[in-house]
Amino acid sequence: MTRISQMSDREEAIVESFTGSRLPPDDVVVAALRAGDESMFAALLDTWSRGMLWLARSHVSTNDSAEEVVQDTWLAVIRGIDGFEGRSSVKTWVYRILVNTARKRGVRENRTVPWSSAFEHREEPSVDPACFQSADDPFPGHWKNVPTAWSTPEGEVLAAEVRGLIAAALAELPPRQRAVITLRDVEGCTSEEVCEILEISAANQRVLLHRARVAVRGRLEDYFETARRSA
Amino acid sequence: MKSVQFIDGKAVHVVKRFSCDEWVELVTAYLENDLDEPTRQRFEEHLAECECCGHYLHQFRVTVTALGALPPDPPPDDMRDRLLSAFRNRRDSRVEERRSS
Repeated sequence: MTRISQMSDREEAIVESFTGSRLPPDDVVVAALRAGDESMFAALLDTWSRGMLWLARSHVSTNDSAEEVVQDTWLAVIRGIDGFEGRSSVKTWVYRILVNTARKRGVRENRTVPWSSAFEHREEPSVDPACFQSADDPFPGHWKNVPTAWSTPEGEVLAAEVRGLIAAALAELPPRQRAVITLRDVEGCTSEEVCEILEISAANQRVLLHRARVAVRGRLEDYFETARRSA
Repeated sequence: MKSVQFIDGKAVHVVKRFSCDEWVELVTAYLENDLDEPTRQRFEEHLAECECCGHYLHQFRVTVTALGALPPDPPPDDMRDRLLSAFRNRRDSRVEERRSS
């Protein structure tokens, strides 16, 4: 970890937070799990359960139900680790078990809204048209309320208040947008991994990610604007 | 914002420039490196000329960084305990199997 020691505190905190990248390579993870290494299992639990919970929630009707899906998935992982063939990454394998478990449960709960329905409004703008000047204004299509420079002193983005705002913003997102932004931006999955886990196209993945990011940015805007005005 | 300039009566830059409301829809595609070359060029031309959208891009990057900086969120304690206990039981039963075989 010598490389990290040369970074600023803020960068270090950000690198630390990419918890996915703190996990060792797959062969080490699999060997440890097979050998019964409880600390490795605990590390996976702590790193992936949030993303799994949000993803499960996009298929089933209640939070309790989503928690049960996550628990059943981990039980299936415990039973199945000896048979894991390494045809995908461990992460993708675990998340695929989760999606299949959640789908079955969604069917039982009569809650089978196909993921494709999330893209019905994909042609609509992601940013509120009210943010831009209309045809009657001097510069149609240009900002009405112009974005300002957010001052982000060291560590600012990690402030507890910002964390709270992000958590609230994520909780308000439509479940599928929330699943994608959690996997991509919070858990650090690649777009390829997310497409494979969710069985959606790269373009559709990007639509959901963009809309979700626009919404979270909107929540942070209030915070930074207030901070700027009171400065 | 000048979308078309006239030099000696001829229009140059006839390729339509993005307006801000068109530009914002492409920010994630730009950050993902998913724009084709002409579109990427138009995106960056707009960015170079428009301070507002420059701020917006910075804000977007701050947002993505902040999302990646969320601390880990372990599962609820009772679920975590149950799963760790299931993991231990499975390990112990396998040790048993190996001993008896």
